[in-house]
Amino acid sequence: MNKNVILYAAILIFGLAAPFVFPAFKVQLSILCVLIVLATTWNIQGGEMGYNTFGNILFYGLGMYLCASVQVGMFFPLAEWTESGGEKTFVHTPTQFFQGMAAGLVVAAVVPTIVAGLIGYAILGLRGHYFAICTLGLGVAAGEISGGIEIIGAGQGFTTPPFPNVGGLEARGEFFYFLSFGALVLTFIAVRAIYSTRFRLILNAIRDNEDKAEAMGIETMKYKIIGWMVSAFFCGLAGGIMGGLVGYIDSTDVAFDGREMGVFMVLMAILGGKGTLWGPVIGATVFHIFKEGFWTFFLGWQYVALGVLIVVIVIYFPEGIMGWLREKYPERFGEVVDEADRKAQVELK
Amino acid sequence: MDFMVFQYPMITVQACLDGILLGILFALIAYGMALQWGVMNIINIAQGDLVILGGYIAYFMYLYGIHPAWGVIVSPIIMYFVGVGIYKLVINKVVDRDLFISILATFGISILFMQLMNFAFGADVVLANSGYGTTFLFDSAVVLPNSKIFSAFVSIVFAIGLVIYMKKSKLGRAIRATAQNARAAKILGVDTEKVYAATFGLNAALCGVAGALISITFTIHPYMGLPYTIRSFMIVIVAGLGNLPGVAMSGMGLGVFEEFADYILGTEFRIGSVFLLLVLILVYRRFKLSRKREYLK
Repeated sequence: MNKNVILYAAILIFGLAAPFVFPAFKVQLSILCVLIVLATTWNIQGGEMGYNTFGNILFYGLGMYLCASVQVGMFFPLAEWTESGGEKTFVHTPTQFFQGMAAGLVVAAVVPTIVAGLIGYAILGLRGHYFAICTLGLGVAAGEISGGIEIIGAGQGFTTPPFPNVGGLEARGEFFYFLSFGALVLTFIAVRAIYSTRFRLILNAIRDNEDKAEAMGIETMKYKIIGWMVSAFFCGLAGGIMGGLVGYIDSTDVAFDGREMGVFMVLMAILGGKGTLWGPVIGATVFHIFKEGFWTFFLGWQYVALGVLIVVIVIYFPEGIMGWLREKYPERFGEVVDEADRKAQVELK
Repeated sequence: MDFMVFQYPMITVQACLDGILLGILFALIAYGMALQWGVMNIINIAQGDLVILGGYIAYFMYLYGIHPAWGVIVSPIIMYFVGVGIYKLVINKVVDRDLFISILATFGISILFMQLMNFAFGADVVLANSGYGTTFLFDSAVVLPNSKIFSAFVSIVFAIGLVIYMKKSKLGRAIRATAQNARAAKILGVDTEKVYAATFGLNAALCGVAGALISITFTIHPYMGLPYTIRSFMIVIVAGLGNLPGVAMSGMGLGVFEEFADYILGTEFRIGSVFLLLVLILVYRRFKLSRKREYLK
């Protein structure tokens, strides 16, 4: 227990000091925080519950659009804002900006949660690959439809309010870094708290055998929907922050980007290890470093590299880093190993 | 929104005919998907990208002065080897694993193909001009390009040919035996590994035919693959595995639906409506099955 406290304190201190120690990487670190949030929330479905979704991108994009729309719509007419595009006809004062952002983030987190609750009953009744393809369709449909709606900018995109001129040049980066780091801490604490309750055991029971879980008297549908709502909440929040950070929202390339972000969150969780608390965190960190390397050194070829990476990870590394560590050092994970049994198994292989 | 459909009845006829001709093409792609789904239990997300690749083969023949209709012959031959190659490199490692693994792996292949095609052929929307002219019906109120009629005809020929091949030939019987029970087939001397490779190759070849036809009748673009995958998935789940007339019917139904969505909602919502229809169909089936206490397996 003591070790854990020291570890968490060290990470927290590192997180708080990071933007001042590495000022050049502030944006990258903010994106990393968002990615960790997405991977962790995907893990609630894919890892713990066994429902492999491609659809969490729906909540992410929804949060992004909602946050920006609220931030603009609170003070200015939304339609005129999107029509004027990037030109600064309307300027937020600092107070307006921060008020709008706060309200926007609340809406961005709450509305996707409600949406998840509403569609959850219909969608979560599907199983296996039907669920996967259905959620894939949901994400792409949301992107295509939002690309046809005029008031949020349709195909030409939506410029989020520019950061007001306060606190010098570095203020914007620091603001978004601490916002996303705050979201990360909040997510991690919430998920850790959830994982230490009976709720996690129920989710695992659903993953391992849903029919049996139901036969044991667990209302599986209720818990599945709650699980989905939890991840929708944090996905929406992450989306809202990311929208402000990127500064520009496009329906298929930024918000409902099933081909990028939608696959990234799955990949990060699998790379780190599904069904563990730390797996998605480690996976997202490793993946982000890899990705930035690819994006820098193989510019233009990054999607080719991404496709190869997906295939390689999925085929050769489906257990992820945590799974590999667990195989290697089972004692560290609190598993009691029977040496004779282990040897026998090795010989069998 | 445009309610032309209700004001001019001929547009309804036009949309229905267009949709049916388009739907026959979809049914051909869906047939390939049903084949590999039934035999290998794999859902290939890269299906649409194979279609587009087949289309580019025909398009390149057109660029080099060969009539693109020959692509219908050449494209499946090349695509067969592409399919077998994909099987040997990737699919045979995921074939008996968790279904989600295969979905994700083929998703990776899909992204890879999309980008490679983007590099190789450029991001322009292209079309191979067949020069077949058009047919006018009902005092030229209904306009049908002959290439669409040609493509529907060729699709039907290929589909019937494949059905006969599956029924009569040795490989076809081996494929059907493997689909029924892979283990028993193995015991009885069927080389299932070879059957799987051939199935994937056949699927890719069908995609090649469909792609060549699409490049003649419609347009192709490196990023247009995923909608074809979703369409064929939808057709297969509506029709059920191994129900060939059903595949043809639901393919045509989907084609007509799309044409009407195009007219009524506008072209920008066309793809969106396809994906939304998929979600609706799955949800509908989920409620229908849950009444009988079953679920989609």
